Amino acid sequence: MAQNLHIDVHHVTRVEGHGNIVVNTKNGVLEECKFEITETPRFFEAMLRGRPYTEASHITSRICGICAVGHATTSLRASENALGVELSEQTWLLRKLIFFGEILDSHVLHTYMLVAPDFFNVGSVIPLASTAPDVVLRALRIKKLAGDLCALIGGRHTHPIAMTVGGFTHLPTVDEIRAIRARLIEARKDMDETVALFKTLPWPQFTRETEYVALSKPDEYAFIDGTITTTDGGKYHPNDYRKVTNERCVPHSTAKHTAHKRESYMVGALARFNINHKQLHPRAQEAADALGLKPICTNPYMNSAAQVVEMVHSVEESIKICDQLIARGIKKEEPFKFKGKGGTGVGACEVPRGVLFHNYEIGDDGKIVNANCIIPTTQNLANIEADMRALVPQIIDQGPEKVTLALEMLVRAYDPCISCSVHLLTVKFV
Amino acid sequence: MKPKVAFFDFTSCEGCQLTVVDSLQTHLDLLNAVEIVNFREAMSERGEDYAVAFVEGSITRASDEARLKKIREQASVLVALGACAHIGGINAIKNLAPLDDVRRYVYGDKADWYETYAARPISAVVPVDAFIPGCPIDREEFIRVVKALLLGKKPPIPDYPMCVECKLKENICMFDKGGFCLGPITRAGCGAICPSYGDGCEGCRGLIPNPNQDAMKDVLKEHGLTVEQVMSRMTMFGAYQLQENKT
Repeated sequence: MAQNLHIDVHHVTRVEGHGNIVVNTKNGVLEECKFEITETPRFFEAMLRGRPYTEASHITSRICGICAVGHATTSLRASENALGVELSEQTWLLRKLIFFGEILDSHVLHTYMLVAPDFFNVGSVIPLASTAPDVVLRALRIKKLAGDLCALIGGRHTHPIAMTVGGFTHLPTVDEIRAIRARLIEARKDMDETVALFKTLPWPQFTRETEYVALSKPDEYAFIDGTITTTDGGKYHPNDYRKVTNERCVPHSTAKHTAHKRESYMVGALARFNINHKQLHPRAQEAADALGLKPICTNPYMNSAAQVVEMVHSVEESIKICDQLIARGIKKEEPFKFKGKGGTGVGACEVPRGVLFHNYEIGDDGKIVNANCIIPTTQNLANIEADMRALVPQIIDQGPEKVTLALEMLVRAYDPCISCSVHLLTVKFV
Repeated sequence: MKPKVAFFDFTSCEGCQLTVVDSLQTHLDLLNAVEIVNFREAMSERGEDYAVAFVEGSITRASDEARLKKIREQASVLVALGACAHIGGINAIKNLAPLDDVRRYVYGDKADWYETYAARPISAVVPVDAFIPGCPIDREEFIRVVKALLLGKKPPIPDYPMCVECKLKENICMFDKGGFCLGPITRAGCGAICPSYGDGCEGCRGLIPNPNQDAMKDVLKEHGLTVEQVMSRMTMFGAYQLQENKT
């Protein structure tokens, strides 16, 4: 059956930011297949120039309302590497704890509120409040725990306050850590029920081999710092991130595209799972088994399942960190003092949607001379389009409605954060 | 009949809309009081018959103005949601440098592919009926504003400085700790959250009406600080306001 298909989803819903899906086929042949990014350009790197380095994490957290802690942490790591700042054990524990809070927060938002409605045949989570109230209340409960965990350490989740170069401007008390630990223990039941719910969902069956890229560390499932690792074989120091990202402008997108060894690569929870699955907490590995997730999984729709696995991991690792903090106590520590010597540094973190790079050059006056941020969603855009091109011919006979839904679900599975992705640059560091 | 409400966004991080979603954790009954007909970030249905529109984000390109004007035509009440929509916010930092430099720095020789102009609050394009300040908005203040709007009242946004709330929290003054703070001239309503977490106010809620400049100058003098430092800190969220006041 010859197919003429014209799909134009103007502003895909239940994703962060503005993107359009455009597909045209003629007589069954794919003529056009694009994920257009129409978000306004934002120019964050240009805005950082001339600002004191102390403002950088507060300005760049405003790149994204969902992964503000991820941007703040990556920004701080870039400044700390530029200025040669070593972190105390206490700072590392608190940085990791707030980071897990954000992974949990972002993944529960994406899996429950943005992805799940597709499987219940509703347009949003709102109708589920009356038809499946236990599911919605559980999602809100997990989200509140994650938000409260971030707020305990950072002051609030969206745009954290207390995170600063070298440490924190405010510390939680051990009693507060005990209280949040008790809630994390309670949340294990919600995690079990989350796994039970998501393992019943009929994930679309579609696979396409691609390259996966994530940070890895010898001793833990990497979120903050690590070596850039790819499934095509390749390890890079974060300072060499440009060798992996190779950004280029494309006319139909205000966000740039990236490519490493192939035409595209994928970052995010599925990439992390594929590369670092052995380091997951045992409970998270059990969750992966229950969800039918096995490395190397090449079904992009399973990115949401990998997020569920990471939610379990985040809860368990957070409990471990709370135990360490309770055992060692929390002490006031002197913040870093600038010594009149600038430098250049890269921060690399696995934020909810994948690996994020911030790269700053800081002058001896403490002001930022050059800045570059490379966002996970940017790195996924070319891979989303490659998936679309492979998927459409497989399902073209199902008619426009089903093809549209499958493509929207595909885009959503990547959990794109489009506001984040639209402010890139090609500045040469000297 | 429940009032129909819509959410829209322009140049922003969508953190204020996420704060709205988060407000459901403690105020799920909000869904009984209003009908949300349009909220792209959270739902697929798109209704165009809304009475109240919340708009997040600054306007940063001419081609976005038509969409905002259409929203204004439809909505009986238009509310600016958060600092970007209210005062231009963080996006207006880019207004401090020549636009062409900014564009070329980020997009190189492809700069012409991407449309942009100086960032501005939505009130620079259409009349706005109410605003919820902050970066991000305060969850409780959002609820207070919604309640007031449902009762047909003027939203209760404070017009006194942040210092009032900071004193009530019994925080040690940032200036006395050797820090820097825009609290004396910034609109209250956030519960002095930044000083409470060890950081000086960055002015995300905008200037209060008729700020007491003399008192601010006295504080600066007492601590050996300068007006230039105030202006420089104010450019983080208030670059648009500063430039408008100059012209």
